[in-house]
Amino acid sequence: MKSSKRVFLRTLAGAAVFAAFSGAAFAQQTVKIGLLATLEGPFAAGGADGMRGAELAIKQRNGMAGGKKIVLVKASSDAKPDVAVNATRKLVEQDKVDIMVGPLSGGEGIAVKEYSKTQPNITFINGSSGAQATTLVNPSPNFFRFNTEGAQWMVGLGKAALDKGYKRVMLIAEDYAFPYSQVQGFMSEYCRLGGKVPVKAWVPLGGKDYASVIARIPKDVDALLVVLGGADAVNFLNQYEAAGGDKPIVGGSITVSQDILNYKGKRRDSLVGTIAGAPIADAYDHPDFKAFVSAYQKEYPVSSGAYPSPSLFALVYYINMKAALDGLDAVKGDLSGGQAKYRQALSKMTLKTPVGDVRLDANRQAIGTTFITEVVKDAQGNLFNRVLRKVDGIDQMLGMPKEQFKMGSRDEPSCP
Amino acid sequence: MSAVQWRNAMNAGAGRAALGKGLPGRGPGVSSRAKGAGDEIVERQTPSMWAAVRARHVVVLAFLLAFPFFATPFLTYQIGAQSLALGLIALSLTFLGGYGGMISLAQMTVAGVAGYMLAIFGASGEATLSLGWSWWIAVPIAIAISMLAGTFVGWLSVRTEGIYTIMITLAVGVAFYYLCLQNYSVFNGFQGFQRVYAPTLLGVNFRNPVPFYFLALACALGGYLLIQYVLRAPFGVALQGIRDNPRRMNALGFHVPAHRIAAYALAAFLAAVGGILLVWYNGLITPNSVGTSWLINVLIIAVLGGMKHPIGAFVGAVIFVLLQTFAIDLIDRERFNLVVGGAFLAIVLFSPDGLLGLWARLRERISTTRPQAALHPRRSKP
Repeated sequence: MKSSKRVFLRTLAGAAVFAAFSGAAFAQQTVKIGLLATLEGPFAAGGADGMRGAELAIKQRNGMAGGKKIVLVKASSDAKPDVAVNATRKLVEQDKVDIMVGPLSGGEGIAVKEYSKTQPNITFINGSSGAQATTLVNPSPNFFRFNTEGAQWMVGLGKAALDKGYKRVMLIAEDYAFPYSQVQGFMSEYCRLGGKVPVKAWVPLGGKDYASVIARIPKDVDALLVVLGGADAVNFLNQYEAAGGDKPIVGGSITVSQDILNYKGKRRDSLVGTIAGAPIADAYDHPDFKAFVSAYQKEYPVSSGAYPSPSLFALVYYINMKAALDGLDAVKGDLSGGQAKYRQALSKMTLKTPVGDVRLDANRQAIGTTFITEVVKDAQGNLFNRVLRKVDGIDQMLGMPKEQFKMGSRDEPSCP
Repeated sequence: MSAVQWRNAMNAGAGRAALGKGLPGRGPGVSSRAKGAGDEIVERQTPSMWAAVRARHVVVLAFLLAFPFFATPFLTYQIGAQSLALGLIALSLTFLGGYGGMISLAQMTVAGVAGYMLAIFGASGEATLSLGWSWWIAVPIAIAISMLAGTFVGWLSVRTEGIYTIMITLAVGVAFYYLCLQNYSVFNGFQGFQRVYAPTLLGVNFRNPVPFYFLALACALGGYLLIQYVLRAPFGVALQGIRDNPRRMNALGFHVPAHRIAAYALAAFLAAVGGILLVWYNGLITPNSVGTSWLINVLIIAVLGGMKHPIGAFVGAVIFVLLQTFAIDLIDRERFNLVVGGAFLAIVLFSPDGLLGLWARLRERISTTRPQAALHPRRSKP
């Protein structure tokens, strides 16, 4: 056994050396891009759609950028940070990619950012991870994020909630980094304008039973702020309906997305009028966004397993991959000198995206657009998100002065 | 020899495990202690251990020592070091399961306790929760607490057999997972601890692939030799006797539960060292590190390699890590878990003793068919 293991490892090492040499020979004509998304675990469906978005960006240029052929190497994780770092390390050190795009979820993003510091000659571009800390705490000089994050996605929602007459809301959110960011984005504005959040219920990710949370909902709140994703959101809405709940809902960015609006249940109709904040709105009627949606639909018909309309993950991966390719165009494929020129170009560029222009701040974090949406019912009885308001140029400080800004956590901000 | 002698030898073994530091340099210490133990039985067996060293052992050791110098840093770190760390945790299960007859699914939990304790007592990115003590204080504390946890698991489960042991240890593992997930004041909930890094010692940064590989190799080798030694020592022999017939061993005067709990404590020591290596390898620990999938992965690793020999744990770990890393290159990105599952299924189906069993059978067939053909004519078909 030992000898066969030895032979196998040697073959592997030999293959790696060979790959390294052949890679060098082709370096003139090709650029290798690593792509990481979650194809397993709780966000498997979102990860697959993220990959569609990233591939769409490459296909739209016929696989070329900066005069070089793009070679895509894919890897998968399951939303766990250690798995994401292992997959990234394989892409960077074994497959020798030049540029790395990914990962998908918040905790993964923080871990991959930490890893990026050990590989200063490779450029890392975020996938769709949206935790504030990734670019706010110990930022890495070679980690770029061209999408806005969880807190930025909720800017403008606090005011919209007050406009609807919701003066007191109860918070129900999953207990990890991404919802912390989302809640901060909502509450920092909502509290400032005089809203009150008397009760905060933090629930574990993947929780099934919300009975105890529903029992805690006070009579005197006007609405519920629900920051849950995927199956958690569906479970909560069903149980809230079964318990006879009738409070209106203010949603997080992935609470009233297309996959949840399509679920079957009586509570569905009562979702009409739910407001939410997100970097994407299905019914946004700008020509750029419409072109993106039709390109997605043409490339990935529903019969191939894609969504009828691109999801948040598809859009955000598309944006980040487009940034990687636009950067290559800007330097004409020149990645020499530890990619210094390329990074310079990325830092300075104004990226054209389907939802408006994006610039980067000093921490290489996007400054961009957020949509405030409202769920409405069309003639066929389908629910979709109408654009209520569009907020441009949101930075990571959410428009606050730096000294007033505090990163979101379980207890911050607070206005009981 | 009397039961008292056995028990004394057992106590010596357990005491040594409790005193071990779990760091490089322990390997030679075992043999010198064995000589100093003054026990007649051990004395007699020590030279036989040296006699057991064969050419293949030397070749494998030489290969392992030379590996980082011809392999890429990626292979050294992600394949080499990760396999050694996981192998050490699986070794603790091989010891309990293969030699003690107790399949504990909580070995990853015990490793996770060590990892969490290291993050809590040592330094991490969570400055408010971590105490930030030096590694040389935090590591022994982590190992000690982890051994207490392992002993506790043993104390809970030793009076059960077979499937009930599995259920109890699984329950403990899942309970610890939810504790880590939902407790924020100590375990920091879903996010766990980031930036838990290996220390820099004597100018050597153990975060770098080659030093970390040698650290993991030293620990793995130490663990392997420790188990090899314990298995030949009276304690290990008695443990195997208990595995085969606990009632008879009880009748002979052995305290069966005490032996088993001591085995859990020793296994916890190995798992703790593996857990610390794994946290340094990943640079972080989250509840997912002790989730159900990892509890079962440790069993898969041990079974893959074969539970009948300590080296099986490491063989299994290498196969497991290679499959996890490279299966995605073999097949479509959305189906690669099929390769991983298929390989596990094939190995378990065709060889219940894992890869080592497959190898042993193969060797047996090669060596027996030719010479025995004359003795047993019915075996060879003309």
